[in-house]
Amino acid sequence: MITENGAETAFLAADDKAVVLAGDYLNKLSGEAIERECKTKLESGVKELVVDFSQTEIINSIGISILLGVIDTAANSGAKVVFADLNEESAELFEMLGLTKHVTMA
Amino acid sequence: MIEQRTKLIHAFGALADLGQEVANKNNFQETIRTSLHLISGSLAIMRGGVARYSRYGHELNMLAVRGLGDDFPLSLSLCLEDERQFLANGLNPIETEHAKVLPFFQVYDRSFDSRRIELFVPLVIRDEIVGAVFLGEKATGEPYTSYEKEIICAMGRHIGVAISQRNLMAEIERHAEENRKLFDDLRTTYNDTVKAFAAAIDCKDKYTEGHSVRVGRYSEIIAAELDWSADQVEGAATAGYLHDVGKLTVERKIINAPYRINAKESAELNKHPAVGFEILQPIHHPYTDVPLAAKYHHERLDGRGYPDGLYDREIPYIAKVVNLADSFDAMTTDRPYKARRPAGEVIEDLRRNAGKQFAPELVTAFLRGMLKELTGETKDKRFRRMLGREYMEAEGIVPTLRNTLNEMRPTTPLTYIASDQP
Repeated sequence: MITENGAETAFLAADDKAVVLAGDYLNKLSGEAIERECKTKLESGVKELVVDFSQTEIINSIGISILLGVIDTAANSGAKVVFADLNEESAELFEMLGLTKHVTMA
Repeated sequence: MIEQRTKLIHAFGALADLGQEVANKNNFQETIRTSLHLISGSLAIMRGGVARYSRYGHELNMLAVRGLGDDFPLSLSLCLEDERQFLANGLNPIETEHAKVLPFFQVYDRSFDSRRIELFVPLVIRDEIVGAVFLGEKATGEPYTSYEKEIICAMGRHIGVAISQRNLMAEIERHAEENRKLFDDLRTTYNDTVKAFAAAIDCKDKYTEGHSVRVGRYSEIIAAELDWSADQVEGAATAGYLHDVGKLTVERKIINAPYRINAKESAELNKHPAVGFEILQPIHHPYTDVPLAAKYHHERLDGRGYPDGLYDREIPYIAKVVNLADSFDAMTTDRPYKARRPAGEVIEDLRRNAGKQFAPELVTAFLRGMLKELTGETKDKRFRRMLGREYMEAEGIVPTLRNTLNEMRPTTPLTYIASDQP
């Protein structure tokens, strides 16, 4: 679905939890829309953001930068970020780059 | 070892993407935003910014920021000492913690500390500061290693080149705009000079006051009706304004003779096209055919004109335009020895002489322009202004124009064939 912020992704919201489908949309400049959408959700009271990587094969530097933005926004709101269904290769990269220090892996 | 290799592959991937982004020449703002993502994402840097340096304002203006918050300044001033030090440092990352001796880091110390800016990279390209990159802490929380600083340096060079190219483009665009304005000024000066010349020519002949100006305007109407480009229409007007410039050398008493001049006087007067050509030829006109129009505007399609008795295709086209405009003005203005003829008669004369004196398609274009004005198809009132409302709105003019145009289309040949002549 396309959200108000232009994010061509899916948000499944329930109470104070929201799920973001990353897809391979994350790896482009237009993926910034995900950050904007996360911010909107956090401002509306969401306390847990789950980023679903089940449809994501590769994550490039733009994708990582956008995820860092999501992490930063969540930290400023006191919310928790969960990375779900991450493939082994990406998990290894995240570990190496230190992203896993800031999120919960599921 | 494996971890280092994976990290290197990831960082080099970002470097390659950045090179491609800069080379693609996309939207500059997007290129800078993408560059910041790539540099942040390559080493998982939590926050940062890219600024462009204004050497006029001596300030770094932020082009893209990530995670710096609303309090971080978007414009940061540099003093001469900062500039000197950054130039000496070149494109190498500076650790902010160890550079607090510089005024720049003293002034912005609080902002850098609050957003944990660890590295500052002056983008020095060809011995010039073009911008800077600000980088915060890494997601690992560890200090930057020397190899990471080298990657940042390589990426900074790409970003610096992108900013430098953009600056050059802006400079070129500014020069082009200045040149365009200068060209417009020159063109205005040229056109004003042409009109001043036309007025000077017309002053010499008290009976045909305004003749050159009218011929210029009639030539403009014909050219516009032929769908010529704006420049060509302007060129046709200029040719009309200047067609009689050679008359400046003809004695006033011959030009103003209140009788039909004799053969000797006529020979003197008939030199004016060649003299006009001599006057206009050395001038660099924006329109190429202006001198030719002066020289050949008394030539006729049937070869009975002067000075060279040229036939149809030998006559420059612009001269045919001016010839028609000139003849029309001669017929529609009072002369000392001859009153002007009614519009209907003039139209008939043009039709009769199409293919003999005048190029038929030019006559058609001119009459069409006149009809458009009289029927209100165009808002121009040039004919009425030049010839008077009463003259142009005489009864029967519009039907005469329509009939003439209908007759000319099927019957009159488009061009006169010189070889058909005796």
